[in-house]
Amino acid sequence: MDWLSPQEWQAVALSLRVSFWATLVGLPFGVFVAYILARWSFPGKQVLNGLVHLPLILPPVVTGYILLMTFGTTGPVGSLLQQAGVVFAFRWTGAALAAGVMAFPLMVRAIRLSIEAVDPKLEQAAATLGAARIWVFATVTLPLILPGVVAGAILAFAKAMGEFGATITFVSNIPGQTQTLPSAVYAFLQVPGGENSAVRLVLISVAIAMAALMLSELIARRIAKRVAGR
Amino acid sequence: MTLDVSVSHRLPGFDLDVSFQAPPGVTVLFGRSGAGKTAVVNTVAGLLRPDRGRVSLDGWRWFDSENRYWLAPHKRRLGYVFQEGRLFPHLTVRQNLLYGRWFAKNTGAGESLDRVVDMLGIGALLHRRPERLSGGEKQRVAIGRALLANPKLILADEPLAALDEARKAEILPYFERLRDEVSVPILYVSHSANEVARLATTVVAIQDGKVLRQGSAAEVLSDPMVAPAGIRAVGAVLEAVVAAHHDDGLSELNAGGAALFLPRIPHETGRHMRVRIAAHEVILSRTRPQGLSALNILGGTIDQIRPGGGPGAIVSVVTPAGRILARVTRRSADALGLAEGCECYAVIKTVGIAPEDVGG
Repeated sequence: MDWLSPQEWQAVALSLRVSFWATLVGLPFGVFVAYILARWSFPGKQVLNGLVHLPLILPPVVTGYILLMTFGTTGPVGSLLQQAGVVFAFRWTGAALAAGVMAFPLMVRAIRLSIEAVDPKLEQAAATLGAARIWVFATVTLPLILPGVVAGAILAFAKAMGEFGATITFVSNIPGQTQTLPSAVYAFLQVPGGENSAVRLVLISVAIAMAALMLSELIARRIAKRVAGR
Repeated sequence: MTLDVSVSHRLPGFDLDVSFQAPPGVTVLFGRSGAGKTAVVNTVAGLLRPDRGRVSLDGWRWFDSENRYWLAPHKRRLGYVFQEGRLFPHLTVRQNLLYGRWFAKNTGAGESLDRVVDMLGIGALLHRRPERLSGGEKQRVAIGRALLANPKLILADEPLAALDEARKAEILPYFERLRDEVSVPILYVSHSANEVARLATTVVAIQDGKVLRQGSAAEVLSDPMVAPAGIRAVGAVLEAVVAAHHDDGLSELNAGGAALFLPRIPHETGRHMRVRIAAHEVILSRTRPQGLSALNILGGTIDQIRPGGGPGAIVSVVTPAGRILARVTRRSADALGLAEGCECYAVIKTVGIAPEDVGG
């Protein structure tokens, strides 16, 4: 790819990798939390709901700083993980964590809406036919919410691609390590003569976002068709 | 197999407090909508956990509030046919049918798919999705799905209520076949007197969350004390045998030695039938009527007169064919001098016996 400098190419590749892992690892948690919020009632449910949505409302810099304090090498969780050989601070994994946390509320929201659209009477029917709760989920709920899960995943991926504030606060802006596409655009705009690089990255960013949206539409429509049985 | 239910539960609007036994065969929970019938069935299914009581099937404990014991629905080995079918929209008919079978695979041999498909006539639908089925077809698949879960107890909550008359007439015989060919007890909720008359081995009449009376269909439906589904549902149930089919479009039944003529029914002679005779289709006469177009005239003795609310009264007449109920106005009861112990004749128009009131 001659039309991208190595640094630009690194930023694109890193962003794709960060967003991919942020989405993939976040998805099981997202489905679980969405299911809890949609179907269970327990004391403290509103607190959980608030915690999940917090990154959507807090300034991203604040979220990044909280992550740094918690998952930094001297933080309570970070120091424990470091003993286990897992380091987030100033690594691409930290960028993925930041992107995942920022994208989580959007993912949960989309999935929760689709779970609430599933008639609980179908789940009851499955239970009377001998399915334990986990099987009811796997054979009835999950297939019926697949369009919502896909939509939530793509939304989260797109959000992760664009995450900037929390990422740069938590893992800084190290080319080849933690410099994602938005951080690179920001860095290029800080140096004289960087505009051309910035514009190229902006175009790529727009292209990826458009492709993600169209892909999600396509997949969601396919699955919706299959689920509805047409 | 006997189901024992004794539960009380506070529902919005009224208290449920029922206690009954469902012996083998079809036990129909009969009552108006809102009487608490569905709550009872959901208690048995484990979908509703009542405040107090016990539920057990042949000594197998499902719920016991004293020991805080509650068995989850999926462990109760049920087949539940819901009013609205509740087929899984993302699965084909075949996958729907086999859904319960998969979870019951270690429970020994039950009905085979082939036999159930054949019995319900759904062979042509196996690869369709529920969305492309008619209401009657959906209900047949729902029955098959419940049956194939290899259940110890079949529950049916108003399974015909969402269907039109023609579809009802199509599905009801399948429940009759279930009762006669499958040994599993069935708990069936209905507010329709003709479903009760045709299906029930035992009727549990429920009103405002309480059991009003329990007994055989003939006993409960012909008891003038019981009008839980409204006065128009009152009627007697006669046991009869198909005697002959006549060329003029009539069928002749033998009910305890008395002949009963009805519009032609599609059952072979010698077959045992139940015929529900709605009380409002019966006319009473003190003398044997002459020159009357009605074909069925049964003589008997009045054993009970019960005034209804409003201008009517229910008169119970014991005839050789069985007990017959007549709904007449109090004015005519007085004019005729009807009283307990009186001889009188019950007159039933042949066309007054509706086809949906006759079943095997």
